[in-house]
Amino acid sequence: MVSIPSRHKSLALLAGVLLAQVLLLAVQIKRDSRGRLIRVWAVSTVTPFERAGAWSVRKVRGVWQHYFALQSTARENETLRIENDALRLSISQLQTKAAEADRLGALLNFKAANEKVAMVGARVIGASAGTASRTIEIDRGERDGIHRNQPVITPDGAVGKVIEAYRDSAQVLVLTDKDSGIGAMLVESRIQSPVGGTGEPMLAMKYVPTDETVNVGEKIVTSGMDKIFPRDVPVGTVVEVKPGNPFKQIRVKPAAKLDRLEEVFVLLTQEPLEFQKDAEAQSAPGPNVPAGTPATAPPAAVKP
Amino acid sequence: MNDTFELRSGDTHIEVHKFFPGSIAGVTILALVLQAAFPVYLPKLSFLDLPLLITIYFGLSRRNPSTGLLLGTTIGLLQDSLSGPTVPLGLYGIAKTVVGYLASSIGARLDTEHPVARFALTAGFFVLQQAVMVLTRRLLLAQPEPWFNTHLAIAAAMNAVLSVPLFLLLDRLRRSS
Repeated sequence: MVSIPSRHKSLALLAGVLLAQVLLLAVQIKRDSRGRLIRVWAVSTVTPFERAGAWSVRKVRGVWQHYFALQSTARENETLRIENDALRLSISQLQTKAAEADRLGALLNFKAANEKVAMVGARVIGASAGTASRTIEIDRGERDGIHRNQPVITPDGAVGKVIEAYRDSAQVLVLTDKDSGIGAMLVESRIQSPVGGTGEPMLAMKYVPTDETVNVGEKIVTSGMDKIFPRDVPVGTVVEVKPGNPFKQIRVKPAAKLDRLEEVFVLLTQEPLEFQKDAEAQSAPGPNVPAGTPATAPPAAVKP
Repeated sequence: MNDTFELRSGDTHIEVHKFFPGSIAGVTILALVLQAAFPVYLPKLSFLDLPLLITIYFGLSRRNPSTGLLLGTTIGLLQDSLSGPTVPLGLYGIAKTVVGYLASSIGARLDTEHPVARFALTAGFFVLQQAVMVLTRRLLLAQPEPWFNTHLAIAAAMNAVLSVPLFLLLDRLRRSS
């Protein structure tokens, strides 16, 4: 029997492994399958280490802030910061609603509505292991009521949506990812168009016809048309407008600090605007409920 | 049993190194966890590709093309899995399989212990990985992707710079003969 040289064996193995992965890619494209089983194994293997790492970083930070820096002031500051974030979210939503009412000139009596949006606070414990995508991993999962396609926000604005939920964690597709998109509209002109990622820090507003007028500095909020995000969540600000054919090239600076995400909120309802209107119609407005306080008894707002 | 032995090809003598048990698995998991942590805690270091550096290092050290390509495949598929569903399984996998195979093959023929050689090889393998990934995206996934840009050139250089002290650190995991 003719023996196969070692070099040829390794070449054959290389060809076999490459072929297997090409077939794996083909299967994923053909069947729209994403290899969930392999991903679950990988995430389950790495998540405990990520949790431990995040815990260690928090502990080191905590020791520094509470013992080496101002001991009592740091705790008070942390409490105030969380409360301030929640209030900023409420204020932001109320401001955009007030602006809409003024512009239309139809509603003279604006009632400060009590926004009761069910949401879960989560900590960011990891991110995509490579530059090919922009995703983050959060420490809340299916056990906390998190499912795919739920919107993720910070008090500053939209962050992205849940693309995969595991038992104790979930992956969030950040707006800057090339495959990301969100239904949005310009606050002043009310032009609706999706805003998507480019793989860079800036977002792009697509499909705005060249003959429309868009000003630099104009704010962009969610339109609610994607059936994922509620209306009027800040998305970003127009920073550059270039003519194009047939659509303008519009660059958008994200409202949320997408490169510095540490805590986020996952909205548990996909159509909160309708839900809010129903709630307003059914009950009289009460005092504002800080964001992060769930309306339908979800878990605590921010994990300790 | 010798933990370190030599490949003899003509007049050249190239050592094949072995490592403490579990060190390859441990270093691989640590690299993946750190890679996932960079965008959260140190976003300016996101250009680093620690899984690639680990693939190159163990490929160059073990000098066995079969184990090199299998390690590259494993690390690449794990990186795919941790990059979210928008990255198909196999994108990093194919690239790191090629890198693992070539690193092992080169390691079996050349002395790659010198820092300058490590720097140059790492930069070259970084560019090669990008080329394979772009090729995979264009040919297999029909996704337009730029071949190369300034950002990638800087990333290749920075990864190569980091590889020198990192590989010296990883040398300490080798079992002495």
